[in-house]
Amino acid sequence: MSDETKKGLKSPLRRQLLMGMAAIPALAMMPRPSFGAGPATSAVNTTGLAVTDSEVTVGILHSVTGTMAISETGSVQAEKLAIEQINASGGVLGRKIKYIQEDGASDWPTFAEKAKKLLVNDKCAAVMGCWTSASRKAVLPVFEQYNGMLYYPTFYEGLEQSKNVIYTGQEATQQIIAGLDWVNKTKGAKTFYLLGSDYIWPRTSNKIARKHIEGHLQGAKVVGEEYFPLGHTQFNSVINKIKLTKPDVIYAIIVGGSNVAFYKQLKAAGIDMSKQTLLTISVTEDEIDGIGGENIAGAYACMKYFQSLDNANNKAFVADFKKMWGEKTVIGDVTQAAYLGPWLWKLTVEKAGSFDIDKIAAASPGIEFKGAPEGYVRIHENHHLWSKTRVGRAKADGQYELIYETADLVEPDPFPKGYQ
Amino acid sequence: MFGDYSIGDLGAIFAMQGFAGLILFSVYVLMALGLAIIFGQMGVINMAHGEFMILGAYVTWMTSNAFQHFLPALFPGYFFVAMALAFIASGSLGMLVEWAMIRRLYKRPLDTLLATWGLSLILQQAYRSVFGAREVGVELPDWMMGSWQVTDAIQIPINGMFVMCLTILITIVVAYVLFLSRWGKQVRAVVQNRVMAGAVGINTEKVDRYTFGLGCGIAGVAGSAFTMIGSTGPTAGQLYIVDTFLVVVFGGAASLLGTIASAFTISQAQSTMEFFLSGSMAKVLTLLAIVAILMLRPQGLFALKVRK
Repeated sequence: MSDETKKGLKSPLRRQLLMGMAAIPALAMMPRPSFGAGPATSAVNTTGLAVTDSEVTVGILHSVTGTMAISETGSVQAEKLAIEQINASGGVLGRKIKYIQEDGASDWPTFAEKAKKLLVNDKCAAVMGCWTSASRKAVLPVFEQYNGMLYYPTFYEGLEQSKNVIYTGQEATQQIIAGLDWVNKTKGAKTFYLLGSDYIWPRTSNKIARKHIEGHLQGAKVVGEEYFPLGHTQFNSVINKIKLTKPDVIYAIIVGGSNVAFYKQLKAAGIDMSKQTLLTISVTEDEIDGIGGENIAGAYACMKYFQSLDNANNKAFVADFKKMWGEKTVIGDVTQAAYLGPWLWKLTVEKAGSFDIDKIAAASPGIEFKGAPEGYVRIHENHHLWSKTRVGRAKADGQYELIYETADLVEPDPFPKGYQ
Repeated sequence: MFGDYSIGDLGAIFAMQGFAGLILFSVYVLMALGLAIIFGQMGVINMAHGEFMILGAYVTWMTSNAFQHFLPALFPGYFFVAMALAFIASGSLGMLVEWAMIRRLYKRPLDTLLATWGLSLILQQAYRSVFGAREVGVELPDWMMGSWQVTDAIQIPINGMFVMCLTILITIVVAYVLFLSRWGKQVRAVVQNRVMAGAVGINTEKVDRYTFGLGCGIAGVAGSAFTMIGSTGPTAGQLYIVDTFLVVVFGGAASLLGTIASAFTISQAQSTMEFFLSGSMAKVLTLLAIVAILMLRPQGLFALKVRK
């Protein structure tokens, strides 16, 4: 609960009610480990962050209202789960993590304002947050000016690197190139139709995809490329074009609610995804919830994580997530990346032996998280993660089955040469 | 532009594009019809129109779940029940809102903009609290998802035809109710001269409430139909509101015929340009053209003479 809400409380009844509510998560965590056994605060916090002998405060900054709330809900849930688990296992340097959650309200100036509040007023030792590139670009100068640390979970277009940000999702080259190579090799795909929503991430991603298709795949070409405004719901025209050009692969980077319209209309138009290959990098299990599994079954997605991944880490993660947030919740790529944030931060703090931002930024490269649901991740010098790229095939029950994964971790390359 | 396609392809293109345009036209008419009644006949700027649509979508989603659980055998036909329920739910909410809020604002039309904007935010939050922030997937019976194979190259989606038939039906009913029924005459009388209509014994309050309810109910049916093609989430209504006002204002607010003509013009322009340019470009050009036309003809395509 933020300080502002506390100040706003007038009636004693309401205060009691809210305090009672605040106690629920604490009770759920019984038995509580004892905190305050770590090193002296003066030694691990030389820059005046919100760290006491028994507590350290971090921020969660996502949209819980506005158009992005649909996507960011999963990230918030994953971050809270990670924090609760870290607390249950003894906290960070003997300190319990307390979080302050702020709502960016799907509005980029609000994100910047709330980021400033979390860093300047609340002195948060780290912030987990943001989803769209626009919100990240809005908070970036704030994090750099006030020297904060942001753990950013979304797969994104790259072309950015900051000492104040750890990017826990994939950047464009990690997600795109391995997937295109796979579809070219195993499906013999030569012709590609590129589709996207009309803003920076799909456009940059398709630019990289086009360069790769035309420059690196033998005899392959792009037969169409098209963008639609966010929220567009009529895809009949482009579906007609796809039918006429008969591409080997439809490469779709449509985001948000438009996906529902796109896949429903694709199915209604008689495009059978057991015959027509469709590769997407923007539809996670969260989106399938809205699209309906039967409408997208057979499509391929290229990302680093699927809820169905078969390894011990992931099984435990999925079970804990569902226990905390309900049996019906689904976990997509970004949700998993958001879960990595608090854990990577904890590991980094413990390696650095300090909460100081500069020390954490310097200690981050090389940090390994062996318990990651996606298997294993490591932070690169450029503050992105090494990770595998995977291709999954959508099933009617809304889950992906793993079809292919790269043998090794793919090196993050936010400034790819020859792809700009 | 045409070079890559054969004559046969071009024939198929025009057939399918024409049909895509007709589907878009039906969607626009469905969206705008309810608003045209409320805005055109009553002068209320209803910014919550999108939320009334989404209520219909959620009702459809709940109906589909209920049928799956309790009446799986009747699932293929659930959609008709869902549409009726959506009409009732949105219409009743509309009448409630009219009684609680709108009727106090008839003399201040601009304030209805603010009040209904607030209402739309309240409804969005209510949906988020009740149904959750994530989108819900409305499962459709199989027969609605197929397509009709006309020739090798031409396929026509069944849900598109369904939306078209629905639109035609609703338009005929609305036209009958407003122009031929006794109640429709009362509505038009109230629109033209509220005081005089009251003086000759028309219960203007009742007419207002049912008119508003009818407009909202149609929005609910539209929302129900859109679960076939669009997304259902707390804020999805916002996607439709701009296009809806565009259609109504471009057509000339008080005229139903104008709404239909404007929906036809916009959809065909959009659909044709979408094929030869890109989706975003088509939207930009359509908007520019509408702005230009409205500058020359601020009252819209069709204007009714109303005594002020």
